[in-house]
Amino acid sequence: MSEMLETLHWIVYRDLLLALRRRSDLLTILLFFVIVVSLFPLGVGPDPAMLRAIAPGVIWVAALLASMLALSRIFALDHADGTLEQMLLAATPLGAIVAAKVLAHWLVTGLPLVLLAPVLALQFDLPQQFLGDLVLSLLLGTPALSFIGAIGAALTLGLRGGGALLALLVLPLYIPVLVVGAGALDAAAAGLGAGAHLLLLGAFLVVAGAFAPWVAAVALRIAHE
Amino acid sequence: MLEAAGLQCVRGERTLFSGLNLTLRGGELLRIAGENGSGKTSLLRILCGLLAPAEGSVRWQGQDIRRVREAFWSELVYVGHANAIKEDLTAAENLAIACALQGQQTGAGRLRAALERLGVAASEREPTRALSQGQRRRVALARLALSSQAPLWILDEPFTALDTGAVAIVRELIAEHVARGAAVAYTTHVELEIAAAVALRIDLGSR
Repeated sequence: MSEMLETLHWIVYRDLLLALRRRSDLLTILLFFVIVVSLFPLGVGPDPAMLRAIAPGVIWVAALLASMLALSRIFALDHADGTLEQMLLAATPLGAIVAAKVLAHWLVTGLPLVLLAPVLALQFDLPQQFLGDLVLSLLLGTPALSFIGAIGAALTLGLRGGGALLALLVLPLYIPVLVVGAGALDAAAAGLGAGAHLLLLGAFLVVAGAFAPWVAAVALRIAHE
Repeated sequence: MLEAAGLQCVRGERTLFSGLNLTLRGGELLRIAGENGSGKTSLLRILCGLLAPAEGSVRWQGQDIRRVREAFWSELVYVGHANAIKEDLTAAENLAIACALQGQQTGAGRLRAALERLGVAASEREPTRALSQGQRRRVALARLALSSQAPLWILDEPFTALDTGAVAIVRELIAEHVARGAAVAYTTHVELEIAAAVALRIDLGSR
């Protein structure tokens, strides 16, 4: 068991180290998020009431698109240089390795979006008391998106035009997370409290975290046959 | 002991080989020969469990490898066509991670000794991006110097891109490992003698 944890620790450390040495790739994703969110106030006009109303949806959709942009990176680079093959033959169960890779992927692509979201929310004049709920909803929702997305990334591994196919596969699966995530702030604004939505997001995360890595692992094995 | 019975491999519409049986015991060296496209790599991938055979089965210590999976893989060292080297990591980091996947923790001293054995210790702290193809292959093969306890090595074209000095080192590593009582299966296009008490050969022939 401790050997397995040590291996998983190495995998997370390795992916973080690689991300650190390839910072520009991650900055692209963050900039994409910032730009998409910033386009909306320019497009729909400066009416504060309207901006406040659309803010949760816009931030959530932008976070969802940005995290999808980074999805193919979870496995594609390891597939190209043969590292994934070694992971398939590792002494640690592949599902656990996939979970460690998704965690590392979320730490470098999802967590920065969560931290940046309250700053961007200022553009939409989102009242300060909702910022906590916004961050919390993203904190629970974006890792769920990464776990679900890993299945799509594994299924489209090595396919020609895999990027577009990945979006088609994954976006419909993201809908429940998006509806509940963006709904959390609407509920808070309506005075109902975001608790129920946040609990649902937490449930999504638990289910996705428990099952998605094993499904992705099966897809990875099939991709290598 | 690795046993394969009635293996058939089909890629696309083509049957690469069928009815292939082999037994590889500890202390034996197996060379798989054949022309390009004859299915050497596919056979190695089947023996590792990366590829499912169209027919037949592979057994390790009497058990189907598809059942024992991680228990088999923890005893196997596979070096494939691809080096599995990350360009942004140093040679030592790459080697440490390859060993960690094997479930083996390795200290800096042993990593350095392995890289020294393969003649790439000088670039230990450089990103492997700066290394030549041959040097990257040496880094990938340095794993062998740290895997003396693994009872089975499966090596796909280990000598590709290596110069004569490195070929001699890898030959020596393989011979030492077989002499220790482990089994090694490999493919190569280079005709060379590796010292082993029992040297087997399978020729997959032409396409």
